[in-house]
Amino acid sequence: MIALKKHPIGSMLTVVAVLLIFLPSFASNNYVNFATDALILALLAISLNFLVGYGGMVSFGHAAYYGVGAYACALLMKEMQLPFSVALPAAAGLAAAVALFAGYFCVQLTKVYFSMLTLAFAQIVWAICYRWDGLTGGDQGLSGIPYPDFSWLKSFPALADVSDGQFFYYVVLAIVTACVGLAFVLIRSPFGRCLIAARENPQRCTFIGLNVHAIQLAAFCIAAALAGVAGGLFGVYNRGVYPDFAEYTKGAEVLIVVLLGGSGTFWGPAIGAAVLLWLHQETGAVTEYWGAILGLILAILTLALPDGLAGLGSMVKRKLFGKPKAEGGAP
Amino acid sequence: MQLDLALFANQTLSGLSTAMLMFIAAAGLSLVFGVLRLLNFAHGSFFMFGAYLAWQVSSWIGGGEFGFWISIFIAAAIVAVLAAVIESLVFKRLYGRPELIQLLFTYSLALIAGDAVKKLWGSQPLSLARPPSLIGSFEFGGVILPYYNFFLLCAGLATAGVLWYVMQRTRIGMVVRAAAVDREMLQLLGTRVKVVYCAVFSTGAFLAALAGALVAPTTSIVPGMGAEVIIPLFIIVVIGGMGSIWGALLGSIIYGVTLSFGILWFPQFSLFAVAALMVVILIFRPQGLVGEVQTR
Repeated sequence: MIALKKHPIGSMLTVVAVLLIFLPSFASNNYVNFATDALILALLAISLNFLVGYGGMVSFGHAAYYGVGAYACALLMKEMQLPFSVALPAAAGLAAAVALFAGYFCVQLTKVYFSMLTLAFAQIVWAICYRWDGLTGGDQGLSGIPYPDFSWLKSFPALADVSDGQFFYYVVLAIVTACVGLAFVLIRSPFGRCLIAARENPQRCTFIGLNVHAIQLAAFCIAAALAGVAGGLFGVYNRGVYPDFAEYTKGAEVLIVVLLGGSGTFWGPAIGAAVLLWLHQETGAVTEYWGAILGLILAILTLALPDGLAGLGSMVKRKLFGKPKAEGGAP
Repeated sequence: MQLDLALFANQTLSGLSTAMLMFIAAAGLSLVFGVLRLLNFAHGSFFMFGAYLAWQVSSWIGGGEFGFWISIFIAAAIVAVLAAVIESLVFKRLYGRPELIQLLFTYSLALIAGDAVKKLWGSQPLSLARPPSLIGSFEFGGVILPYYNFFLLCAGLATAGVLWYVMQRTRIGMVVRAAAVDREMLQLLGTRVKVVYCAVFSTGAFLAALAGALVAPTTSIVPGMGAEVIIPLFIIVVIGGMGSIWGALLGSIIYGVTLSFGILWFPQFSLFAVAALMVVILIFRPQGLVGEVQTR
């Protein structure tokens, strides 16, 4: 009890982790699929929050790196028959390389110009995915991406009954945990502090000898690599990659996830991912107007709830007890 | 060679008529950005509503010459009123908030508008007939220019002319320009800036809806047209310079001609080419070709 009071987030994380690890043994395949989906979206949202929340850089083109990762991983596995364990890191590397080029120019700009340039680069990636029929399959996309080979695991008698989907769930869980862990460590490292400082006051950072653009570019590449991992995972999970992975609407959807969870917190975007996917699933049975629902959520967030779900608790407290606003990380 | 020249002329003319149509909408987007400092994702939705409302009104009052022109202006006027209501009820709460919040709020409107159109008019493509006087085309030496495209060229130029006159030669234009430069000072001098903002936003929406209504006879009206047109509009205002009307004109012409020759010469890469153009401009001249460096 004392531990729970002292480290509420740590305790909650432990509970979530235990739930996720044992999920396939007590829940149906639907839940396992939902969790796979949510984990991947959470990684994508956390990677974007790296830029938006901590770096103060509102990228409107984050879907580009998700798309690069998805297409690269899919092409390497399908066309070159490379194993997943090689294709995924390569996809992340390619996403980071594209980001290194695009980001070099993007970080020179500020505010709305930064957003516009990230959007423009994303449109280029999307145009390539959409129109380069020979490489990317054009508007038909690529289907029939193979699952990673799990046959060696099935040679263990105890694991013989486990389905490929469940194996892949554990692969996703492990990779997402590792990537999110990396992001967590980076944010708390001196590099993360520099990134936040560069957001708060770039001029002063320059005075004390920090290279603001280099820090921002590094963050841009790290975020892109993580988005590339998310894209590679989703392409395999989905068994196909399509141009709308890289479309600006996808990038905007991830921004909504970040905002819904709360861009001022590290774990907020993960909560946002789970909540948004759950809403999508639940409302899908009732109405076809998901776009309008998404729009309404976004309108409420922008008008009334700028700190997202993570900020809800402190906002209610503030309203009730008049406590001063907690120091947030939102731009 | 004769043929090549005709082809060249045809592509140029078709590019220019697209450009002029896009200019009408882009001028509105640029005007709103220049004065309100608001990058409006919902601008494409106004464009779309213009097209749908023109179809709706003309289906009520009948097509034909009279019906066409009336329905276009009624559609644009309805959208302008709608925009004024949205501005005065909701947008005014957003001024002074972070740009991300403003941008995302307009995006939320675009999302809602896309589904609202589906609910109101269904997902089936609709089409609007051209007015009888504009059916047919000019032809000389292999160069073909449909009357409607010629009309679009004139309409774009006329819009540019009217905007120039109002902005540069009238008191209203002076107030709008002043609001773009220094809102607080204008307020202190006794102008009701809130009203100016509302009027500018409404005018921007009017132009978007007018362009949407005018494009309706040349294409099919579908629920995705708002989301589709907003990116080219962003590209155009970025090329020309955000906030500049002349920039919007130049940007539209560059966009229209690039796209029209791009489709002819390298169809796979025309989308790529216009996006690359936007990237190059933002890298080397973020303020746009004729935009001024922002001082605040």
